[in-house]
Amino acid sequence: MHEMGIVLHLAKTLEETAREEHLSRIGSVTLKVGEVSGIMTDLFTECWNYFRGRHPVLRDCELRLETVLAVTWCDSCRSRYETVRYGRTCPYCGSGETWLLQGNECIIQEIEAEETAGESAEAEQNGP
Amino acid sequence: MKVIELESSVTASNDRDAKRLRGRLRREGILLVNVMSSPGAGKTTLLSRLVRDLSRRGLRLGVMEADIASEVDAERMEAAGAKAIQAHTGGMCHMDAGMTARALDALDARGLDIIFLENVGNLICPAEYDTGATLDLMILSVPEGDDKPLKYPLIFSRAGVLVISKTDALPYFSFDTDLCTARARRLNPDLRVFPLSARTGEGMDALEEYLLKALRRWRGEDSGSMAEGKEKKAAEESLRRGEVSPHA
Repeated sequence: MHEMGIVLHLAKTLEETAREEHLSRIGSVTLKVGEVSGIMTDLFTECWNYFRGRHPVLRDCELRLETVLAVTWCDSCRSRYETVRYGRTCPYCGSGETWLLQGNECIIQEIEAEETAGESAEAEQNGP
Repeated sequence: MKVIELESSVTASNDRDAKRLRGRLRREGILLVNVMSSPGAGKTTLLSRLVRDLSRRGLRLGVMEADIASEVDAERMEAAGAKAIQAHTGGMCHMDAGMTARALDALDARGLDIIFLENVGNLICPAEYDTGATLDLMILSVPEGDDKPLKYPLIFSRAGVLVISKTDALPYFSFDTDLCTARARRLNPDLRVFPLSARTGEGMDALEEYLLKALRRWRGEDSGSMAEGKEKKAAEESLRRGEVSPHA
């Protein structure tokens, strides 16, 4: 359910981008997904492949997921460590006074797209 | 194909809808409170009590019950004296700004002072979507445990108000209110915390006074809150985070 919600919002955001930027087709979308964002990537891709078919502009849009390493900061000994491996307790000093620095994000990094017929046809004619 | 760098949130379209909704609520002078908690924390019991107490103080109230499927809660709210509507999320685990705007239309919100949006019972997804509400309020009940800010950090960092509910059960659980508050404030230094029992009424006054103050502030009736432009925007943002002082 959680992944479905994100997919629906992603599709809506991309459709709006396509309208604003005059894009006829989006070929791929690259997301930066944090290790502890709570997103199951397999399920997310499956949901995406199902929902993209409902939007003409996204029909062939490939979903590319780039994992962002989760890093935690320890306030007590002022060091950084890998969140997934050690959790909330600092492996250096055993303190629980720790903060997540990165790793819970889900950001659209970039898309690959074709512009609407008029502009791309013109570009092809002018091409070699 | 050309590459377009976006670096934007996956929920950018929702963020725009939310901003539009907040603008509409401000024009209509309605304070919308997004209420989030896990199932069984006491959302419906707290809201029934708030509706009863605040309508005695002369306020006109509305409640929008977001549920995956059921009509039970809206009936309880109408019995308590609020205009109520059940907003089904169509299987989704949260309310977004678009759904909230449609629910407001269905409720016919004109003339109301405060509307409570009872979000889906869940500490994860509702925190990720801006509903367009003026104020995000979360409830943590004593039986759930004082470690929840550690386990669900996002919702504790997003909320402006934390209600610690069922304080009448404190003698039976090893819940440390001060420790819980400290853990939540490490994530969110400006968080307002209200320990209370909706059953006995203990602590309700403080929350009700806070909501009345938030309403006056949202409507610009408090002195010092008539700021324009950038200042006004900053004030709106700080109100969402729970800072009611006009000098925030």
